[in-house]
Amino acid sequence: MNKAMNDEIVLSVNDLKKQIGGKPIIKGVTFDVRGGEIFGFLGPNGAGKTTTIRMLVDLIKPSSGEITICGEDIGRNPEAALRHVGCIVENPEAYPFLTGWENLEHFARMQRNIDDTRIREVVQIVGLDARIHDKVRTYSLGMRQRLGIAQALLGRPKLLILDEPTNGLDPKGIKELRVFVRMLADQGMSLFISSHLLSEIQLMCDRVAIISKGEVLAVGTVDELILGAGQYVVWQFEQPGAGRRLLEGELDVQLIGEHEHRIDESLFAGMQDVQVTTMNQERIPSLVEKAVRAGIGVVAVHRIAPTLEELFLRMTEGESIG
Amino acid sequence: MDRLLPLIQNEALKIWKKKRFLVILIVLLILIPIFTYAQMKIAETNKSHFKDWRNQLVQQINEYQNMLSSDRIPDEWKRSRRIAVQQLQYYLDHDVNPNSPDGVTFTRSFMSNAVTLFFPLLVLAIASDLVSGERTAGTIKMLLTRPVRRWKILFSKLVALTMYVSLTVVASAVLCYLISGAVFGYDGWAMPVFTGFVIQGSSIESSFVHAVPQWLYLLMEAGLIWVSSMSVALLALMVSVLVRSTAASIVTMMAAVISGTILSSMSSSWQSAKFIFSVNLQLTDYLAGSPPPITGMTLGFSLLVLAFWAAASLTVSFSVFTKQDIMN
Repeated sequence: MNKAMNDEIVLSVNDLKKQIGGKPIIKGVTFDVRGGEIFGFLGPNGAGKTTTIRMLVDLIKPSSGEITICGEDIGRNPEAALRHVGCIVENPEAYPFLTGWENLEHFARMQRNIDDTRIREVVQIVGLDARIHDKVRTYSLGMRQRLGIAQALLGRPKLLILDEPTNGLDPKGIKELRVFVRMLADQGMSLFISSHLLSEIQLMCDRVAIISKGEVLAVGTVDELILGAGQYVVWQFEQPGAGRRLLEGELDVQLIGEHEHRIDESLFAGMQDVQVTTMNQERIPSLVEKAVRAGIGVVAVHRIAPTLEELFLRMTEGESIG
Repeated sequence: MDRLLPLIQNEALKIWKKKRFLVILIVLLILIPIFTYAQMKIAETNKSHFKDWRNQLVQQINEYQNMLSSDRIPDEWKRSRRIAVQQLQYYLDHDVNPNSPDGVTFTRSFMSNAVTLFFPLLVLAIASDLVSGERTAGTIKMLLTRPVRRWKILFSKLVALTMYVSLTVVASAVLCYLISGAVFGYDGWAMPVFTGFVIQGSSIESSFVHAVPQWLYLLMEAGLIWVSSMSVALLALMVSVLVRSTAASIVTMMAAVISGTILSSMSSSWQSAKFIFSVNLQLTDYLAGSPPPITGMTLGFSLLVLAFWAAASLTVSFSVFTKQDIMN
């Protein structure tokens, strides 16, 4: 997992609540983020992710509850607490009438001990050297994102908060971001990343909190929560009919009908005749062997994570059973 | 304080880079030549009619007196005309030309005519989007998540605003002098101007009247314009904190300023209108001795009203800005 992870608690959120116009928006959120870990904050749109993040960085005052960053209470001493934080809330914003460099200088002046060398350093880290002296107005979204991250890194923060960082990025950009985030974590920085995409959190994060309707449903490692919640195994055979009969013959394999699973349909793009099942994944090799011996060609076996909705369904079901 | 200087530098830099001050300079560079040309035409006409400025003054006094004897003129007008006649007579008696065609005199009258509408407008160009602009662009999120207390950010905006308002007043006077001087000549610094007219009802108490050199008069005028511009700026800052969109902020402030001009010309019977800030903007009139929009208003009263509005705006601005939730 992560070499730089340690037990120091960088961000601690305790029973955080927010009411807006008498309506409870956040109904008690509690979690800790440790040093050097990538912490995912997963929830569907409207679950209260952005409101929570805004409270973490003092844009919104909580109705009750506590937030401490590196031991400093954000409500009582925001100046000290925010010194340890870099953040991008929603879109990376910058002054379009200034150059990238002037933007960084602007934010550098708001913190202590940041000189030109540090600005040059962060520009290099995000790879914006070539265009840094151009007006931000001429930047693409990807470049604004880089500038936003450069700005967030200026103060050598212990905690970097990114709100839906993959929004608007192309697949290449998303992949670069993933590598970048891991690199920062390896250097000992803690990252707090919100997303409504399970797959993204799965690929990027060490631990995750799942939030829905203003409440945290669960906090745990990605493996515990997502893999534990069960994955689908999707089969593709050369002879679909024979393959299906083979799977039907196995008692511990449950075939799922075409419209009953909750997999993101876009994942099936370009795949034909898929058989969606739930089964013990350790049985995949033996089943493949069996199919081959029966003369049924196996084209592909995929493990596919359920959608966020599926995960929620299972979690809330689990609650009602337990 | 050493922590505030970089913040002030930031805010001043942003206003500069948004090219707001440049716009103000360009507006001045276009408008002043137009007014100069108009003034030149008037001067030419007067010169062809009257050989001597004294004849012109006598003519003007006669005109006003004819108006005073007419029944169709409202009392309000008559009062101000009666005062004007007395002032003109005072200038005539002391052999001083109140409209001498030179750069300094032009600057003096331009500045005093600009105080109710033109200066507020220029101030709004800078002040209206100071906070609302950051909200519209979303940069307020970056600004308020840095390890700096919110009051320091608003305070640095306030200081930058004060600097640019001062600069606007100075730049207007300087440009006006330079441009009009090219036509009328750069003289007139030492010319005496009468001030200290005390208005009692429809007559003038002239025992306090004294002559000051025009440079001193201009300086006093600029000071009063600064005060009235700053009160507009502080109000605009408050509106900019309270209103999310810059357009709404400009419209609100323009409406407030213009309503003041309209009220000044019609509210003689509505006494309590004198507590409205925009009725009190024409501070330079007290210096020139023109009758105030509502009887009983004095320079001290207007300064007090403006100070009250400014203090209230600052209180509201700071308490809202430091506490409000940034939701979008």
